[in-house]
Amino acid sequence: MAQSGGKKRVQPHIIEEWTGKIYTSLCITFLIVTIFSMVYFVAAKGLSSFFVNGVSFKEIFGSTVWKPDGEPPLFGALPFIIGSFSTSILAALIAAPLGICAALFMVEIMPKYGKKYLQPVIELLAGIPSVVYGFVGLSVVVPFYRDLFPGQGLGIVAGATVLSIMILPTITSIATDALSALPSGLKEGSYALGATRWQTLYRTVIPTTMPALMTGVVLGMARAFGEALAVQMVIGNAPHIPTSLFESTSTLTSVITLSMGNTVMGSVQNNVLWTLAFILMAMTFIFVFTVRWLERRAKR
Amino acid sequence: MSAKTADKIATAVIITLAGFIVLIMAGLLGFILYRGVGHISFDFLTSAPQTIKAGGGIGPQLFNSLYLLILTMIITIPLGLGAGIYMSQYAKPGKITDFIRLIVEVLSSFPSIVVGLFGLLVIVNMFGFGFSLFSGALALTVFNLPLMVRITEQAMASVPQAQKEASLALGLSKWKTIKSIMLPIAFPVILTGTILSAGRVFGEAAALLFTAGMSSPRLDFGNWNPLSPTSPLNPFRPAETLAVHIWKINSEGLAPDAPEIAAGASAVLILTVLIFNLLARYIGRLMHKKFTATK
Amino acid sequence: MKKSLMLVLTLILTFTLAACGQNNDAKNTTESNGGTASGNTNGGELSGSILAVGSSALQPLVDQASQKFMDLNPKVSIQVQGGGSGTGLTQVSGGQADIGNSDVFAEEKLEATPAAELVDHQVAVVAMAAVVNPDLNIDNLTKDQLVQIFTGAVTNWNEVGGPDQAIQIINRPSSSGTRATFEKYALGTKTADLKGAIQEDSSGTVKKLVKETPGAIGYLALSYLDDSIKTVKYDGVEANVDNVANGSYPVWAYEHMYTKGEANEVVTAFLDFIKSDEVQNADVVELGYIPVSKMQVTRDVEGNITK
Repeated sequence: MAQSGGKKRVQPHIIEEWTGKIYTSLCITFLIVTIFSMVYFVAAKGLSSFFVNGVSFKEIFGSTVWKPDGEPPLFGALPFIIGSFSTSILAALIAAPLGICAALFMVEIMPKYGKKYLQPVIELLAGIPSVVYGFVGLSVVVPFYRDLFPGQGLGIVAGATVLSIMILPTITSIATDALSALPSGLKEGSYALGATRWQTLYRTVIPTTMPALMTGVVLGMARAFGEALAVQMVIGNAPHIPTSLFESTSTLTSVITLSMGNTVMGSVQNNVLWTLAFILMAMTFIFVFTVRWLERRAKR
Repeated sequence: MSAKTADKIATAVIITLAGFIVLIMAGLLGFILYRGVGHISFDFLTSAPQTIKAGGGIGPQLFNSLYLLILTMIITIPLGLGAGIYMSQYAKPGKITDFIRLIVEVLSSFPSIVVGLFGLLVIVNMFGFGFSLFSGALALTVFNLPLMVRITEQAMASVPQAQKEASLALGLSKWKTIKSIMLPIAFPVILTGTILSAGRVFGEAAALLFTAGMSSPRLDFGNWNPLSPTSPLNPFRPAETLAVHIWKINSEGLAPDAPEIAAGASAVLILTVLIFNLLARYIGRLMHKKFTATK
Repeated sequence: MKKSLMLVLTLILTFTLAACGQNNDAKNTTESNGGTASGNTNGGELSGSILAVGSSALQPLVDQASQKFMDLNPKVSIQVQGGGSGTGLTQVSGGQADIGNSDVFAEEKLEATPAAELVDHQVAVVAMAAVVNPDLNIDNLTKDQLVQIFTGAVTNWNEVGGPDQAIQIINRPSSSGTRATFEKYALGTKTADLKGAIQEDSSGTVKKLVKETPGAIGYLALSYLDDSIKTVKYDGVEANVDNVANGSYPVWAYEHMYTKGEANEVVTAFLDFIKSDEVQNADVVELGYIPVSKMQVTRDVEGNITK
């Protein structure tokens, strides 16, 4: 069936060639249109709080007072921005050593066991839906912290704990790829000089793969930053900058899920929520550009 | 001596941490299954949910999740394949290709809630599809498409260059070569990748809250006309998926056995994802064997 | 070959689907041939589709009533969506939904002009009670005490007659209709979001947290109350149906179903059905709401109560 095309006249041959080209180009166009329309609509809606409702730029990014139903309404989003950053950074701090160790285990220490047991475990972690993580977080993580530390258990630490498990697969899989891509000559050279395995890892392998490992960590952070439901269930949602890591606070995503349905589209509060969504989107771009920058360094 | 000790300690630490991850995973799975499996029965999987009485099931939700997955795949696969083939075969290295690659990357790391809100604004309200399976499928396509593109691109790149060149040398057109020579070789990789990405679609909730809706109209499972509003096949009816249902009964459940239903539904969700994973592995291995043996 | 076939099929499917989408929109302008407006019994001639969107607190009732209504009128299809009062009002005002379910008066959320276009149908009353962690030996709180607690003036239970235990507030987000009702009728004042207070939008989560957190206080609709949490009296009045109906317990609000302008026949029939005794005395009570007909007092947007 496959070889019939070539011998016939030129016409069908060329038509076929064009079909393929047009079809694939259409697909890629669709992709581009999608992202541009997303950026356009979210930006248009998100910026309208500044231009239509006259909320000042300084207020959203500089004020810590969130009182959407006050007189006058105040929309200081700083607590959410700080909440999002501290939660995702803490999550990355917990997950990065774990993920990198898991990758080292799989690539350097016991590749056989790693491939057989650890790899499927991590793939499965990636597949667990975020609502289930939230559910487990609320029933296990929160009571655990409530009993162990002062406070109510909900807060940045609870959020970061749940998120760190969620982003573990991202960090691990990228670290694994980076470690296995390392030319073996590098390691062998180090061993030949009499270095132990740890010395080799610590002095040669990790420094060489550092930018690639960081790529994984940044991508993990990006995922943590945008995660909504699981975080909302364990963070507590008070619109304040907390004084302790175990005190209720909010993230950008949690305030959006919490209030979007309760506000009327077109109202000032709703538009400000869109602004927060716009900030989330902008952060995605920043994360991706950071990753690109790291990748370029990794190649050098 | 001290270098050796350091080596031993470091190795022990790494092994411990790896073991710790397996432990977390085992604890997580154990917790969910322990709480949920007891509640799973044939009746639970097939009957409709109850608002205030005990004994509700997750039948429609399970069906919706599967149906939504199929709808999403019908939209995603042709688009993703096409775009992936373009990226790997037609795109010329340069600024534009770099730019497209950047776009795919950005799209794949967009927060699901932003995608959901975009769906609410454009698909649900502006295009007027309302809260429906179709809106949900389009929103999920946005998620799944970049994954699909990357999978296809990688699979196509893994096809031996010699195969491609041999076909071109025989005078076959480029498209014919892609379609008849390269795609079949890349197929196993694409298939396993697709199944794995299906697991992600299956568990997504945040984007669906705003697009596919949170209610399930009564379904008449005897009515298979896709245009009838009570037909389970109608893509323009609102549909609550399993993941959204868990979210809803956790938050607003009035039924006395709501926690058990949530636990049972979570277990079903996890088991389904597990099945997807095993299936992907199994098919991947089967294909690989078949491919390398018969050639 | 197979691939191009698939492509063609997909294209066809997409177009058919798109066409269906338009059909659905058109269906809202229902054509029904003179069905009985009461619609409680044999309204077999009614046909059409209704989309009701909004408040998740009202959703169970509308859901259950719609099932019954569809049993009586097999040609009618009713879809009930959650999404919050704001979403409901947005969609009914924008014409995407036939009915917008809301916990609050439309005037409190919408601008004056769009709100004036909406017709209010009060289908039930929902009452709320303050609840505390079951380990606290508190069973009555006065209005002043509640205000002090929710404004942060009092932070320990021993200041309001309880044990030496820090107070943990489990609140709702400021956009929530439940919180608006509680602040308006129980506290009589708006409160700021306190530092360290937990906010959850869902009754289930509030209940879970009040049950588990030592020293917790929150508020829930009557339908969520049970023995796992402790319901406190308000100014010495117990939160129950009778006290709400005779006006002695003030913390309650109407559940509204809004239509834009006068509704069409099918929607009217459905709303009449919900307001009929068949639903009011059965489902409304069963789901923990209070029938409007039982109320001996009425209340307007400003909160003025008339006997």
